[in-house]
Amino acid sequence: MTTHANIQGNIPTTAAAIAEGVRSGALKAVDVLEAHLAQIAAREGDIHAFNLVTADEARAAAARVDADVAAGRDPGVLAGVPIALKDNMCTRGIPTTCSSKILEGWRPPYDATVVQRLAAAGAVAIGKTNLDEFAMGSSTENSAFGVTFNPRDISRVSGGSSGGSAAAVAAGFSPVSIGSDTGGSIRQPAALCGVVGVKPTYGTVSRYGLVAYASSLDQMGPFSTDVRDSALVLEAISGHDPMDSTSIPQAPLSLQHVLSQGVEGLRVGRITDMPSGADPDVTARLEAAFDALKAAGATIVDVEMPSMKYALTAYYLIAPAEASSNLARYDGVRYGLRVNATDTNAMYSATRTAGFGEEVKRRIMLGTYALSAGYYDAYYGKALKVRRLISDDFARAYTKADVLLTPTSPIVAFPVGEKSDDPLAMYLCDIYTIPTNLAGHPAMSVPFGTGAHGLPVGVQILAPTLGEQVMFKVAASLERSMIAAGGAQ
Amino acid sequence: MTTADSKTQDSGIQYDMSKNEIKVAPNDGSYLLDGYELVCGLEVHVELATATKLFSASANRFGDDPNTHIDPVTLGLPGALPVLNRQAVELAMRIGLALNCKVQPSTFHRKNYFYPDMPKAYQISQYDQPINVDGWLELPGGKSIGVERAHLEEDTGKSTHIGGTGGRIHGSDYSLIDFNRAGVPLVEIVGRPDIASPEEARQYVTELRQILVAVGASDAKMEEGSMRCDANVSVRKPGSPLGIRCEIKNVNSVRSLGRAIEYEARRQIVLLEAGEKIRQETRHWDETDGRTHTLRSKEDADDYRYFLEPDLVPLNPDQAWIDAVRAALPMLPRERRLRLSQATGAPADGEAIMVVVERGQDDYVMSVGEAGADVARALVHVKEAFAEQGASPTVPAADLAQMIIMETGGKLTSTQAKTVLAEIVANGGGDAVAIAAAKGFEAMDNSALEAIVDQVIAEQAEAWSKYCGGEQKAMGALVGAIMKASQGKADGKAVTALLLAKKG
Repeated sequence: MTTHANIQGNIPTTAAAIAEGVRSGALKAVDVLEAHLAQIAAREGDIHAFNLVTADEARAAAARVDADVAAGRDPGVLAGVPIALKDNMCTRGIPTTCSSKILEGWRPPYDATVVQRLAAAGAVAIGKTNLDEFAMGSSTENSAFGVTFNPRDISRVSGGSSGGSAAAVAAGFSPVSIGSDTGGSIRQPAALCGVVGVKPTYGTVSRYGLVAYASSLDQMGPFSTDVRDSALVLEAISGHDPMDSTSIPQAPLSLQHVLSQGVEGLRVGRITDMPSGADPDVTARLEAAFDALKAAGATIVDVEMPSMKYALTAYYLIAPAEASSNLARYDGVRYGLRVNATDTNAMYSATRTAGFGEEVKRRIMLGTYALSAGYYDAYYGKALKVRRLISDDFARAYTKADVLLTPTSPIVAFPVGEKSDDPLAMYLCDIYTIPTNLAGHPAMSVPFGTGAHGLPVGVQILAPTLGEQVMFKVAASLERSMIAAGGAQ
Repeated sequence: MTTADSKTQDSGIQYDMSKNEIKVAPNDGSYLLDGYELVCGLEVHVELATATKLFSASANRFGDDPNTHIDPVTLGLPGALPVLNRQAVELAMRIGLALNCKVQPSTFHRKNYFYPDMPKAYQISQYDQPINVDGWLELPGGKSIGVERAHLEEDTGKSTHIGGTGGRIHGSDYSLIDFNRAGVPLVEIVGRPDIASPEEARQYVTELRQILVAVGASDAKMEEGSMRCDANVSVRKPGSPLGIRCEIKNVNSVRSLGRAIEYEARRQIVLLEAGEKIRQETRHWDETDGRTHTLRSKEDADDYRYFLEPDLVPLNPDQAWIDAVRAALPMLPRERRLRLSQATGAPADGEAIMVVVERGQDDYVMSVGEAGADVARALVHVKEAFAEQGASPTVPAADLAQMIIMETGGKLTSTQAKTVLAEIVANGGGDAVAIAAAKGFEAMDNSALEAIVDQVIAEQAEAWSKYCGGEQKAMGALVGAIMKASQGKADGKAVTALLLAKKG
């Protein structure tokens, strides 16, 4: 029961099918787990999706699920589903590093709300996945613990910052995983690894226990191989949490029932003044997606987003500003790395110099500068104005369209090392994903065929606040059209 | 500053330019502004008496073992998020409404700076949109001191620096941090610079303290640090623009506050008179030498990089909540003093009323009056004899009332009344009639007294004629003889009245 073959054989590949099997008693959670651990053993050496595989804890959790089923207790909607967690969400007693040396050795005394909800739903956490340090990056090359390689081509990056979570799903290490998305950190690696990735509406999923990068933009969401699994996981982790003041007071999302509803009559927006720069192989797939939705009965409408071109600039002021404050607590006083020095200020400096990587330092400096007396109005203040203009653009666009369609990433997965010395080129990877974070809206990436080198291309669906249902309808429709075309991958 | 000119001024004040310090002789009691005006505004931090912290469920308790009231939020652990404490908001509104502020929609900001006892390296505080604005506090004498704002913020942990000198972090061997205080809710009450003397500053803080206790917002103990006071002090010639101010920190009692302000004003005047400029800076009050010393200059001040706290949402208390808080406000000290003044005829800012209201014994005085006794007498007795009794005296109001009725009815002299009262207080109550009888303070009615008076007039004819001729000294001899003859049981006032009546 512990070979790779089992995943393609007896063990289903989707979370929905695994949960159904485990709940009915047809499958044992421990067998499901062992099959996935075997897959990890076979390929993790090439991929490096994980900072830590928690096999022992996972075996205990899977055994509890099986015991629940045996005793006739409800094991939860995600019974026995192995799930990988980005290593920036707190797991009680299990190291949580944010792929940074500065948190080395720290074990949180508490679980993130999402982690609690997944456990309550019967999911089996199998490990902590690699990321760009503190979720700052688009390639998972900024990790203090090494690169995560793309399972589709291990000479290429997996995207980022949730590259480990995307790669874990793409490599069959777990059918689903959780990432966090501040400017595209779920959607962009999903696109590059050929999986589904969702950034829900800001406030839909509790941030309690998510180590903050940019608090007003961060949001957690799922990765999966198909649209339904993302719906299933999102239903389990969403809903109001009193521990997060920015959590929207509402019931968990209800998504699975809309997947079969089709897109007839829906208005799908094409942004006519979208910043250019996407490669032709990517725009070709976007056009194919418009065609597929049109064929399924949707109407394609033109919308304008005149402020969208300023989104990247605004983001690189707002996110670093918040990060400069959020990351100030890593001072060596209470937990994590401490480099001793002659006095307190020297200790701070030595600790932070040794503990943070280049990109993190760059953003801390950027953000500190943007908030400084005398510069606030020109930088941070202006960025907030741009943020409002972008929200206004979206509000206008959504009077004409129900959803918008863009590329997720302007390019397919690029070779490891290609952009690591050019921060600006790296920042441009997120040009299509950032605007929704600024507006707080939901967006998701669905795989839609391949581009250059046979690498996956993702299409991004954007929807207004709490528009997850319409977004998932469109995603399911695109998925059906791919399956019908016989070219799902 | 190139040289360290030390000058000795006529005033006997030593001024050392190199340290930007003068050595004024500690308070000699002569508070002289030498033609200058004092301009002072106070910033008072008060710890709210909530059950839990401002943003987490840990207990808000003073004096327990270190680091026993902590949690992920208090420690600023990665991933922890603040959730605003409703009770803290309510207490902040009580403070605002009691200080005649407008309660308005507000927001929280982050104030960023590094310090080991600041777990997140930022303090969550209210910045440009505080919950309470534009109020005032009326001093007992009637002067109004403006209150610019009273906003919510969180406290820091507490550091103890071991080794080195003076308990400072610099030069210490190591430091211990107690995070029990971290995250405790504070309200910072920012007063306008309307205070013109050290005495007004003392009155302001005393009155503010009573208001905070009255509304149940805080125990407001300066000595324990639950109320902390910083003073912004400047001086100017009347009619001139405001002078450069210095902020005085580490003032730990009302008495020190007055001393610190007085010292600082004199320091600034000496500088100005010497043709020097005042440097805007934060100064540390040293209780032992009675002086202020430079802590940091304006140039060294941190850039706090304030920005809107993204982990919290705007605070918009609805009108119904504000109205309910206002309606539930208890009677404030000023109203209590007026009530007692009307009931007794004593001045509202006189010593007796000030003292009794500060002790919280005014309700008790009123209840003694309701039990049938003279309220003015009750005020005097409570002020004199109830210093140790606190806000809820153990002596039943009826017992004190009975004693006062005997006294005002002439059944006890004032001396006897004091003796009886002392016994009642010592026993936590008692029957005044029984105590008086046990002490042999039997009633002396007017006819018995009159007989004694007539007898003494007859015996002391010379003194009597002098008294009738207008020699007041003679009355003392007559009264003394009457008291002696009555064995101290005569009431002095009644004796005087009788003598006056007989003089005709």
